[in-house]
Amino acid sequence: MRIALFVACYNDTLFPETGIAVTQVLERLGHTVTFPMEQTCCGQMHYNTGFHREAVPIVRRFVQTFRDAEAVCVPSSSCVSMMREHYEMIAEASNDAAFLAEVRSLLPRIHEFSELLVNRLGVEDVGATFAHRVAYHASCHSVRVLHLGDVPIRLLRAVRGLELVEIPDREQCCGFGGTFAVKNADVSGAMLKAKQANIVSVAPEVVTAVDNSCLMHLYGGLHRAGSAIRTLHIASILAAQGGAR
Amino acid sequence: MSIRVGKTAKAPEFPVAAKCALQNEQLRKNVHHATDVIRNKRALRVAEMPDWEHLRQSAHEIKEQTLAHLDRYLIEFERNCTAAGGTVHWARDADEANAIAISLIQQYGGDEVIKVKTMTSDEVQMNPALHAAGITPHETDLADMIVQLGDDEPSHIVVPALHRNRFEIRDIFRKKMHRAELTEQPEELAAAARRYLRDRFLRVKIGVSGANFAIAETGSVCVVESEGNGRMCVTLPEVLITLVGIEKMIPSFQDLEVFLQLLPRSATGERMNPYNSLWTGVHAGDGPRAFHVILLDNGRTKLLQSKMERETLDCIRCGACLNACPVYRETGGHAYGSIYSGPIGAILSPQLNSMQHSRSLPYASSLCGACYEVCPVKINIPEILIHLRGRVVQDDQKTLSGNLSQMNLAMQGAAIAFGSRRRYEAAQRLGRMGQTLFQRGDQLRHLPGMAGGWTRFRDLRALPKQSFRDWWKANSRETGL
Amino acid sequence: MSAAQTAREEILARIRAALPAERDATPPTAPRSYQRTGSLDREQCLHLLRDRLLDYGAEVIEVDGEAALSGAISAALIKVGERRFIVASEFPAAWLPSDFDVVIDRNLPIAAIEGIPAVITTSEAAVASSGTLLLVHQGAQGRRVLTLLPDHHICIVDTARVFELLPEALAALDAVKSKPLTTIAGPSATSDIEMTRILGVHGPRRLTIILYGD
Repeated sequence: MRIALFVACYNDTLFPETGIAVTQVLERLGHTVTFPMEQTCCGQMHYNTGFHREAVPIVRRFVQTFRDAEAVCVPSSSCVSMMREHYEMIAEASNDAAFLAEVRSLLPRIHEFSELLVNRLGVEDVGATFAHRVAYHASCHSVRVLHLGDVPIRLLRAVRGLELVEIPDREQCCGFGGTFAVKNADVSGAMLKAKQANIVSVAPEVVTAVDNSCLMHLYGGLHRAGSAIRTLHIASILAAQGGAR
Repeated sequence: MSIRVGKTAKAPEFPVAAKCALQNEQLRKNVHHATDVIRNKRALRVAEMPDWEHLRQSAHEIKEQTLAHLDRYLIEFERNCTAAGGTVHWARDADEANAIAISLIQQYGGDEVIKVKTMTSDEVQMNPALHAAGITPHETDLADMIVQLGDDEPSHIVVPALHRNRFEIRDIFRKKMHRAELTEQPEELAAAARRYLRDRFLRVKIGVSGANFAIAETGSVCVVESEGNGRMCVTLPEVLITLVGIEKMIPSFQDLEVFLQLLPRSATGERMNPYNSLWTGVHAGDGPRAFHVILLDNGRTKLLQSKMERETLDCIRCGACLNACPVYRETGGHAYGSIYSGPIGAILSPQLNSMQHSRSLPYASSLCGACYEVCPVKINIPEILIHLRGRVVQDDQKTLSGNLSQMNLAMQGAAIAFGSRRRYEAAQRLGRMGQTLFQRGDQLRHLPGMAGGWTRFRDLRALPKQSFRDWWKANSRETGL
Repeated sequence: MSAAQTAREEILARIRAALPAERDATPPTAPRSYQRTGSLDREQCLHLLRDRLLDYGAEVIEVDGEAALSGAISAALIKVGERRFIVASEFPAAWLPSDFDVVIDRNLPIAAIEGIPAVITTSEAAVASSGTLLLVHQGAQGRRVLTLLPDHHICIVDTARVFELLPEALAALDAVKSKPLTTIAGPSATSDIEMTRILGVHGPRRLTIILYGD
């Protein structure tokens, strides 16, 4: 299958290794990955912060860029949440029937990375080896909007050598929340501390998730505290074939 | 018009108030403990109910239907309540509600009243108004008493003294009830409250209550409670005055079967709360001889116009969203600066205030969605929060200072960058160049302005030299669809 | 128009202005897909009720028929050393145990009721799934103050009026839905001190249910 990659603006800029890992995994499974260069952002940051007018052209751009894709892979459940929860609403409010039709046509072809693998491609074992103790953080969007359920867990269970440990109160928000992390930095920090304590209590080597936004936040706290616990997007684990990179 | 929502007009912004709350270790410990306990109890009781989701859906639809025809139901209620011997009053705002209450109390020659928990009376600030008119209100809910005797403010809509532990309550009671021998055993504290209030229940002639539900079909009013002080206040006095927000209306008696299953499990994690009292007008030979209902607007009608905003009024004040909220868990209720705190407070308070106050509350959320999951009437709180953020931004952009704020400038800049490939890639390059000022090794330190909020608590890896698209280009990969 | 009428008209006008003009004349009835009829048989239902009541800290006594009621009441009172109780005037004389100081409520003033240790009433219905008693305060159920001031409430429940679910119980109350209604689920309690459910704030601290019927 030809899979168009929407890597997400923050992955593009801060976590290129995630995009690389996604590409490696999909190619290993025999698919062709393309990367339309016109892509920028999904519009969530603006929309969620209340900049609704400013978000519209960003949304249009995404739809325009990907509208003819066979499938779109997005290694960010928060971006996919934005699309599923708000794109139709935004298109309806624009009174542009063509735009609305395009959104409706495109939405079913958009998948978060782990749900693409399991739900659309029907694969749980992607041939990965990662012999480490790993804890999975269930990001709010993946749980409450995408209802991913145990899809990421099934992928992790199929990784050779991986020891999966459960974080207590796994579904409690890490405190990132987009611009919340700076607008309400103190509370965000307190929520992070609570989450961090839960993670540290099960002594993983690595914390993983389907969102680098959460992981960036967790890294921020863990690294500041001098912890040796690493944060890795699930794609990096699934791309690993022995060796701890 | 004087719409008033508690003390929101003077409340500090949430980030400021939260910072203060975060330093209060005892408060946070109390809040952590209490919310953890109720959340777990709720989960147990909800798991017992195979038709929970159906109940939620019905509750949502009943509320939506009621609000969509609110005028009709209010008129029906008024007719039936009046026919049963009650008197219905209408109050446009807080001042009017208080004036009506005071006028009634004076009419009946009272200089003190016993009150059963009603957040609505806190919303309109009834107690200060009563004091100013020479009338003494006696709160009778254990928690409200703890708050009143402790010269404090409520911090939770169901368990207002949740921020106090048993030792603090003991100290308050010892001092104000003059009972130096009291221990912190909860049973003893409860018994002390019982003794303290008994005489008042039997003596005071005028009672003031709120209502959880008002039933249009019968003209009845329902009070949901645990301790029995509600029953005392609505049964023993000669005169009963009930203040109820217009959104508390439900169409029929039968509808109680939905709400009385959802509310106790959501609020306190019980299958049923100890007492519910339902009465219709005046009952000959049983209870008060005079009954007055004050139907309160105080900003509610403004929310009816937009379907999304109207949903805020579905709320049945169970408090489940507070208990589920990871932000509330860290700060407690006072930080919200409103009688309505937590997730529901973050949407109700600013809207009642026409976005004049509580403007920082829609941002007091990480949008995690836990509140929506537990809301028994399925209010899509995260969606309404985003909607209200939109209103705040729109209002801010009408002012010069709003346009020049860091956030607005950053957002405008980002929007421009996201608008074209060339500008986006230029912005990425600019970021990599600009970060060298703050870079130490592979880390960014002490970022300026708003971004400093990040680095105060968290480390941040520097932007990598090669972005993903750089890698893609460098490896000559496919860019068509 | 008086100020009162102005307020009413203004509020109604605001509501009408805010809501869509094309509204249905009669609001549609919302569909109800939650459980409205129970699935337990009578035995299971009574068992569930007993469980729930015990869970609240209430005392539960079961007797076969009306004839055993006065004995059960007597036992419940003697157990806690109570010799005096109040009943509504309609309370069946045949159910009254002898050798007790019985106060019959004929519109007694509050002061006369305060201090009587126990009250005995019947009930309108009970809900098994949540352990809830429903009183509409007619006849032997007594007016509301009776079940409020005494510290011990003995409530007689006819097993023929026990329903599994709340919707069933409320449906059975349809004819009396404009009467005062008190639902009772256990003795009075509060969770206001560190979220621990503490029994006995106001209202009866002791609740005894006598279930009768075959």
